[in-house]
Amino acid sequence: MTPEEILQGLYDETLVGNAPRVLELTHEALGLGMEPQSLLFDALIPSLEEVGARFERGDFFVPEMLIAGRAMAGSMEVLRPLLAETGVETVGKFLMGTVKGDVHDIGKNLVNIMLEGAGFEVIDLGVQVAPEKFVEKIQEHQPDIVGFSAFLTTTMPMFKANINALQKAGIRDQVIVMVGGAPVTQEYADAVGADGYAPDASATVKKAKDLLRRKRSLVSA
Amino acid sequence: MSAPLSETVLRSASKQVVIGHQRRFCLIGERINPTGRRIFQEQLRAGDLSAIERDVKAQVEGGADVLDVNMGVPLTDEPELLAKAITMVQELTDLPICIDSSVVEALEAGLSAYQGRALVNSVTAEDERMELILPLVKRYDAAVIALPNDSEEIPMEADRRLELVQHIVDVATGEYGIAMADIVIDPLAMPIGADTATALTAFDTMRRIREVHGLNMTCGASNVSFGMPDRHTLGAAFLPMAMTAGLTSAIMDTRSPQIVDAVKAADLLLGHDEWGGSWIAAHRKRQAAASA
Repeated sequence: MTPEEILQGLYDETLVGNAPRVLELTHEALGLGMEPQSLLFDALIPSLEEVGARFERGDFFVPEMLIAGRAMAGSMEVLRPLLAETGVETVGKFLMGTVKGDVHDIGKNLVNIMLEGAGFEVIDLGVQVAPEKFVEKIQEHQPDIVGFSAFLTTTMPMFKANINALQKAGIRDQVIVMVGGAPVTQEYADAVGADGYAPDASATVKKAKDLLRRKRSLVSA
Repeated sequence: MSAPLSETVLRSASKQVVIGHQRRFCLIGERINPTGRRIFQEQLRAGDLSAIERDVKAQVEGGADVLDVNMGVPLTDEPELLAKAITMVQELTDLPICIDSSVVEALEAGLSAYQGRALVNSVTAEDERMELILPLVKRYDAAVIALPNDSEEIPMEADRRLELVQHIVDVATGEYGIAMADIVIDPLAMPIGADTATALTAFDTMRRIREVHGLNMTCGASNVSFGMPDRHTLGAAFLPMAMTAGLTSAIMDTRSPQIVDAVKAADLLLGHDEWGGSWIAAHRKRQAAASA
């Protein structure tokens, strides 16, 4: 196979969630001396972007998104150490968790897939994440963005509690705060002082990139 | 030895509905709920409850036996809103109500505004939730939906769900004196699109709850088809299968004739519609409507 055929193959097989084939092609590409970042930026990310676009249009469904995400994740396990060696920067680092008191994670997991698919490094803290845990993990991982997920009207107030904890720890300004989940609205996100809200997984990626771009342009200005 | 089968009695001011294993399936209309409905939320925040009337009408016409009322609008006084909505729904219809909130104060306000015997939606197996909600259930003589999840997780194995059901039963009956008949378990129907084995787990959980406890069961039927195409077809297949496994009620959108008709057919096939009386009556009603 030519490098072009391999990239096309990676794109196509990721799109349909053929994890074993994506892994084979990854090894084949590396065997040919292809650059890890080319596989990521020229095949995997465009493929997951297409998955997201199709999902948004209603042409793709949840299982298809999950298997495409899994296919990409398999390849990334091989590529991540190589990318780290070459010093390739990820799009950004995203720390994610479902808030304390809440055990729902299906929506959050879909968002994680789309973020990883867009080239973010995602650190998922799982469910029932207490404010102090968020603080500790932000200090440990230094993410660009932290995402709070809540599925219940009773657990949404944890957004505010988390933000207060960040403030108290003196790290509120270091990190962009995004919130989301079934009952969450833009008004609510504004009221608790979050930096961003998105109603679904694809919109989260757009919003995250947008917020990151704004922050970076502010820093460099 | 199987446990005796529960009958759960719900009432409005003037009408009684009984949920039971040898009865026709209880349809709990789910649409009186602003979650994910931006315009409805804005109206409610502005104190405009008029959209409720249309939702009530649609669910009742679709064949609801009970109406679920949820007023979970962020940044509002949910207790006040829920109490108002319940009073309003009771003026619009004589169907019993399922009072739906995760806010304890809202449940209490709803219960105190309600005329009759309500179904409270819901409590989990978490001790601190049971401590807050079960005394209200007892004090207002209501029935309660209980979910077998704890503060750690939504268990994906039937064994763990059964353990949590046992815990709920022990606490509700032992510590709060709530009758078995007034505990309705939600065996947790998760989206099939996120895990292809999840409906089998739900059916297994249902069969075992019926066998061990004889309790009534309900679930959020729309949840099953989340993220999948042709959702009504999935709902119409899921519910009859779940009914065979012991589900006696569902919180569902009764505006879907496909799903409602599938439930009615299953009622007949499971022997809960004697001589097909309801099935035939529904047919005549449609015929009359068509020729009118």
